[in-house]
Amino acid sequence: MKIAVLGAGCANCEKLEANVRKAVAELGISAEIEKITDFTKIAEYGVMMLPALVVDEKVVIEGKVASIGDVIKILKVQV
Amino acid sequence: MSIPDPLQIFADWITYSVLGLAPASPLGSTVNFFIYDSIKVTILLAIIVFFVAIVRTFITPQKVKKWLGGRHEGVGNVLAALLGVPTPFCSCSAVPLFIGFVESGVPLGITFSFLIASPLINEVAATMLFALFGWQIATLYIVSGLIIAIIAGIIIGRLKLESEVEEFVYKVKLHDREQGEMTWRQRVEFGISESKCITLKVLPYILIGIGIGAIIHGYTPADFLVGIAGPGNPLAVPIAVLIGIPLYSNAAGMIPIMEVLTSKGMAIGTALAFMMGVIGLSLPEMIILRKVIKVKLIAVFVGILFIAFTFTGYLFNAVLG
Repeated sequence: MKIAVLGAGCANCEKLEANVRKAVAELGISAEIEKITDFTKIAEYGVMMLPALVVDEKVVIEGKVASIGDVIKILKVQV
Repeated sequence: MSIPDPLQIFADWITYSVLGLAPASPLGSTVNFFIYDSIKVTILLAIIVFFVAIVRTFITPQKVKKWLGGRHEGVGNVLAALLGVPTPFCSCSAVPLFIGFVESGVPLGITFSFLIASPLINEVAATMLFALFGWQIATLYIVSGLIIAIIAGIIIGRLKLESEVEEFVYKVKLHDREQGEMTWRQRVEFGISESKCITLKVLPYILIGIGIGAIIHGYTPADFLVGIAGPGNPLAVPIAVLIGIPLYSNAAGMIPIMEVLTSKGMAIGTALAFMMGVIGLSLPEMIILRKVIKVKLIAVFVGILFIAFTFTGYLFNAVLG
């Protein structure tokens, strides 16, 4: 699974990244987590609100710091 | 008005019966004030944030950019300012929003009307003003905020500053992605989750603000600020706006303190201008906007808002003072 956290380095974006890492650890799945801060790339995903979460090239969260529980739910659906 | 206020009865009961404080003492008045204000603000916030969040489920930024693309000056600015109200963004989202708008042909001035209205007028600030200053001041704040966003956007549009946008922004292609419509059940769930999340997030700031306000309320004389921040000091308004700019993160906590400061002699227009500086202009947003616009346009943006907030402060001091 390929996961990308889209953000510009503000506190909210870092919090989402931390929650994603914890969720992945809790699920025990193998996933490649990437952080994207480049605005041109962020635009290529069609995202206008940060932070955002992309799983296997699909935007699943936009403009929200999802909790660990919410991220786990989303990742389970994608598996 | 002689309608009994159940919340006041409850606050009186806790302060004077349960805690046994004397009604006339500074401590008694401080504690009573703290209990009353914090419960009132929390209940109102939870309710209003819920309804605004429901409205927000209908307004995604992807829809906004479609609605605003190719609009003309005037109607476009009014629409942008109105759509900015229920749509908040954290400062780092200013850049992807800006790129998305420019990319789908939203004129620069209309983009700025949205970017100004969105942080300046938000449900948390409006609720706090309503709870602590009454509906007249809350309405005045919202209406003047909208007028500022509309006029500032029109001015920026007329200045023809398109060359002050970084080149790469015009080359970016925004992927147009499909977004499914939410069901009503999902909208309500979103409203509840936002209400809980936002209320809990701002609550510590509000409690600290109300706490500091309560102490000032109980322990300082009523004319404490008349000399420095009263209607008689014309420099108070621009200085208040300048002090407000770096205080961005504590907007929710500022309003209870301002309520008390106005009761101690600070002019209401000065207080509102200060609030606009706190929430309408933020340093992190300006720094991050530098990635997409050049320094000259940032300076124009900040300069116009500084003048607008100061003017609004003077106007309210003259009309209400």
